[in-house]
Amino acid sequence: MSISNEEYGRMAKRLSPNSPVVTDCIKAFIFGGSICAFAEGLNIAFSYTSMTQEESKALTMIILIAITAILTAFGVFDTIAKHAGAGTMVPITGFANSIVCSALEFQTEGRILGTAAQMFTIAGPVIVFGCSTAALYGLIIYLFGLY
Amino acid sequence: MATRRGKTIITELKPKVIAFASAVGKKEGQGPLSKEFDEIYEDTTMGEDSWEKAESLYLKAAISKALAKSGLSKSDIDIICSGDLLNQCIGSSFGIRDFQLPFCGVYGACSTMALSLCMTSLMIETGAFTNCIAATSSHFCSAEKQFRKPLEYGGQRPPTAQWTVTGSGAVVLSKDGGRGVYIDKIHLGTIQDLGILDSNNMGAAMAPAAKKTIADFLSDTGTKPSDYDAIFTGDLGSVGSELLCELMLKEEGIDLGTVHKDCGLMIYDRETQDVHAGGSGCGCSGSVLCSHILSGMHKGKYRNILFIATGALMSTVSSLQGQTIPGIAHLVNFRKG
Amino acid sequence: MDIVVDLLKAFAVGGGICIIGQLLIDFTKMTPGKVLVLFVVAGVVLGAVGVYEPLVDFAGAGATTPLTGFGYALAKGTRQAVAEKGLLGAISGPFSSASVGIMAAVLSGLVVSLFAKPKDK
Repeated sequence: MSISNEEYGRMAKRLSPNSPVVTDCIKAFIFGGSICAFAEGLNIAFSYTSMTQEESKALTMIILIAITAILTAFGVFDTIAKHAGAGTMVPITGFANSIVCSALEFQTEGRILGTAAQMFTIAGPVIVFGCSTAALYGLIIYLFGLY
Repeated sequence: MATRRGKTIITELKPKVIAFASAVGKKEGQGPLSKEFDEIYEDTTMGEDSWEKAESLYLKAAISKALAKSGLSKSDIDIICSGDLLNQCIGSSFGIRDFQLPFCGVYGACSTMALSLCMTSLMIETGAFTNCIAATSSHFCSAEKQFRKPLEYGGQRPPTAQWTVTGSGAVVLSKDGGRGVYIDKIHLGTIQDLGILDSNNMGAAMAPAAKKTIADFLSDTGTKPSDYDAIFTGDLGSVGSELLCELMLKEEGIDLGTVHKDCGLMIYDRETQDVHAGGSGCGCSGSVLCSHILSGMHKGKYRNILFIATGALMSTVSSLQGQTIPGIAHLVNFRKG
Repeated sequence: MDIVVDLLKAFAVGGGICIIGQLLIDFTKMTPGKVLVLFVVAGVVLGAVGVYEPLVDFAGAGATTPLTGFGYALAKGTRQAVAEKGLLGAISGPFSSASVGIMAAVLSGLVVSLFAKPKDK
């Protein structure tokens, strides 16, 4: 008697424990929310300086990326992310981590073909699809005069 | 000459286990089998600048130690048969390069320990080989790098994911000698694929292959699970082990009961070591065989066991192309005379 | 007091967006890479149709820090570039809007790789 793929798929699903969704979501909310509140705090602080809004937003982003890079370098980021899940992945910190961790991992294959070439293995698709969608949007508003 | 019954090969010369050794990393050294490993290297870089080189050194350490324990010199060894998870088996080829001995590279993913044992047994059966080494290795960091994400990537592992063992195992097999432990039968497995796609659930992908190999072996030999002191699977983990027992009961009407043990569940403490569904990798079954299992046989704790190392035969390319994960399981029947 | 309200708004909206990501990971078995692509594209689209702008006005960094905010910034920057440069703006806009994020990450990746190594877990 031989089991069908569908039947086995159901069996495997039944015996495979699910991710603890509720805990995961609570942690993602707290970590993600905290990162965003921290960024908002920076924005507010910068609003008391002579910086323009654009400058202060850029500086906030740079600070978040720099902190991520340092935490990644010291091997701490992944320990936090293990708990935070989407809470650290969805904010810009996840994007920065994906670039920095690839740069670190592939340094053994050299600065050029390792670090530099592999830097975008995870983040590359985000840039390709993000920028291409934006370019498509630009084309549409240009053609229909919507800008 | 060895004979065949069904798919099972019955050895004639009964290749003897004359020595074995295991070399593992820090996390494995903190696990429940801590006292049984020969070498525990806390620094998993092994002082090297890459994880691939480090893995080769674990293999080299296990082979050197096994050789030393056997009392043989390097020139007595006729061939080394080894494999690992890295592309083109570089873990083995670079680890064995300096031994200057004939080398037979094998690939069976995490089933490699059983595969290299099967191959060396057959070599001894030909009569052309006297002393052979069967070995394998895996390294958490080199496996993550090749199959998953960079080490410092911040992601979550699902509960079905398994932890690649950093470690290596090596067995010196010989036509004569030893302390009574020998290979009685071997069984090369058949690829089984029941359509599992999730590369974070390897246990589920490999369980059907383990079931097929065990069921075929039991029917070839006309034996039942209770005839054995233990049936050790390689790295099915918690999910795969449950699936194996259920498949076995449902399809074959065979109850593996308490005889079944899984190396992936033995090597770590799942409560405290954050390894989710258990250990995996070539080094998982390799290092557990070359510590707990074979020393248990030497001491007479086990006298007749089945060792079934399981492997998932996918690659990153086949997974990206949407292919399902084929599983394989090879079996070695060790006995103590 | 306004500051506290602003921070809470950023916390709630940012955390909420992360929950959506977590649900996608846990339930759909989507790989993180695909979730990130989905988020940035969703950000561009929501920014384009004008839905994301009010959220940014409401939650500030709570809406701009997640990757959807990155996508929104791409859409906004591209719209400005098209307004200034015409068709050329559709080509030059996306990358210039993404430049700060990408360059900061690239530079920190390069610098960090000079002195740090990945560690065993």
